[in-house]
Amino acid sequence: MDRRNDRYFKKDQIAENGLLDRRLFLKKGLQFGVITSLASTVSISSAKGEQNSSKNKLSDLAWMHRPGESFSTYGLPSKFEDNVLRYPSKNEAAQGNGVSWTPLHLMEGAITPNGLHFERHHNGVPQINPKKHRLLIHGLVKKDLIFTIDNLLRYPMQSKTCFIECGGNSNSGWNSQPSMAEAGYFNGMVSCSEWTGVPLSALLEEVGLGKKAKWLIAEGADAFAMQISIPIEKALDDVILGLYQNGERIRPENGYPVRLIVPGWEGVLNVKWVHRLKLSDRPVMARNETSRYTELQPTGKARMFTFVMEAKSLITSPSAHMVLKQSGLYQITGLAWTGKGKIRKVEVSADGGHSWAEAELQKPVLDRAFTRFRIPWHWNGKPAILKSRATDETGYVQPERQKLVRERGRQGFFHYNAIINWHVDSDGFVSHVYDKDETKKTNSDISIDSDWN
Amino acid sequence: MIKMKQKKLIPILVLIAIGINFLFADTKNTPHLGKEITPEEIASWDTSIFPDGEGLPEGEGNVHEGEKIFQSRCIACHGENGLGFTADQLAGAKTSLTSQYPEKTIGSYWPYATTLFDFIRRSMPMDAPGSLTNNETYSLTAYLLYLNNIFDENDKMTAKKLVEIKMPNHNGFINVYETETIHK
Repeated sequence: MDRRNDRYFKKDQIAENGLLDRRLFLKKGLQFGVITSLASTVSISSAKGEQNSSKNKLSDLAWMHRPGESFSTYGLPSKFEDNVLRYPSKNEAAQGNGVSWTPLHLMEGAITPNGLHFERHHNGVPQINPKKHRLLIHGLVKKDLIFTIDNLLRYPMQSKTCFIECGGNSNSGWNSQPSMAEAGYFNGMVSCSEWTGVPLSALLEEVGLGKKAKWLIAEGADAFAMQISIPIEKALDDVILGLYQNGERIRPENGYPVRLIVPGWEGVLNVKWVHRLKLSDRPVMARNETSRYTELQPTGKARMFTFVMEAKSLITSPSAHMVLKQSGLYQITGLAWTGKGKIRKVEVSADGGHSWAEAELQKPVLDRAFTRFRIPWHWNGKPAILKSRATDETGYVQPERQKLVRERGRQGFFHYNAIINWHVDSDGFVSHVYDKDETKKTNSDISIDSDWN
Repeated sequence: MIKMKQKKLIPILVLIAIGINFLFADTKNTPHLGKEITPEEIASWDTSIFPDGEGLPEGEGNVHEGEKIFQSRCIACHGENGLGFTADQLAGAKTSLTSQYPEKTIGSYWPYATTLFDFIRRSMPMDAPGSLTNNETYSLTAYLLYLNNIFDENDKMTAKKLVEIKMPNHNGFINVYETETIHK
């Protein structure tokens, strides 16, 4: 790094330890030239190291001298991207019981490809023949009705781009020691797709809601017969009977042939393989709204029906296990989302939270969807702690871990949305750390990762 | 001949008709493809059981039969006496919910006994869900409550009995949806 470049960075620094104006990459002229020439020399690599490139000249490429592959009926990723995978974490005694994490740290943009959408199954993925699938709507209605999938496909549809996040996402954050996994493999029980289907309100109108109907009890057609209660206000507001994901029919592991989409609320409510909706005047008090998906507080009381997923953000690059090979200019990028509407701003800190700079948000910022944020950062080669902090349109601010633990204790299991720290050491190696004063105070050791049945 | 008074009424009637049309516009704009289904057909499908006992089937069971079922169908995952193994600990909580390591078992945590019947019948055992009869489910429910010192060894379990059971942690929950404003 020569001094001339240092001077430019100093001028554009808007928070301590090298955080630069978010619009820097957009500026024109000399500065832009300096930045891009630097950016091309600096890259983030995986800790596993890079493969040596071919000894051939870069201009003499074998694939330019012979015809390429023919057409394919269904495209797959490049074979050179075969490390971009979901990470399953399952119950060995029941192989369909567990989760698979989305590799958020290996992805860009704001949409999750269908093959990488996270999974949470309680007893496996049913292979449902759509011709044998029926949706029953019954209970406190004027008439009980059943629909075939062909019926549903004829209804007027709507699309909603939104995230789905498991209530238990990031829950290793409740542990006394920070998770050592890659960012996506302990925060990737959240994904974002464009979901298309029939607004549930249209079908509820057809069955005719009884006056006392206050809850909708949904049931899936899997081996768990997953059952959960949803308030009728939400069902009438924006719930969709999802048939398509990112333009194609929903895949078996994400609920084929039809699932509920409950924007912004706990993943468990987005019942996959849904086949029965019962209107009731009260919740059914199913296992997964009493014994599970409730959050035990330090008082001994547990929070129940905590549906909304509150604002959260995560720096996906640089993040744990990555290596910054040399000092210089980097882009810090990540995702933010909130179940309460739109993300208003994301701030980033490079000095452990002492100073903050606002990141650029990818447009359009959508309601209850992933919002990609980016900010340029000049790493001076010294240790740094990176943080991101989301604020949503209601004014809610993503909490520091210390605050969340102070308010909720560490036995809640669900709804962990605290700020995540990435520590960059002087060798450029990135790892997950808690704030210093936290690890001192807590010495008990609980392990949440194994508790997924 | 239409009299003047009636003539004046016509536009009003037209407006009313348009108004009614708007009221039902949503219904008319959807294709109405659902097929009506009889209560008898629904009965075998509707397995939801509520805390007041709505949905509980006829039948009965007992602790001894439940123990036999547990030994053959449940113990591999839930461990001896339901103390937990690859699946949840179901009984024998030694710590309170306010301790550093709270043990959330049926006896220490679950607010409703009816949930147990509902869950066992729909989801358990994992390798053959839906294979237990109603009587077997009543027996297994009785045994698990017995392991948690909530049900007497020699009592007969029925729908009526199950509804009468008040779980120790019945008042242990805060309904966040109704008491807080985070969903508004």
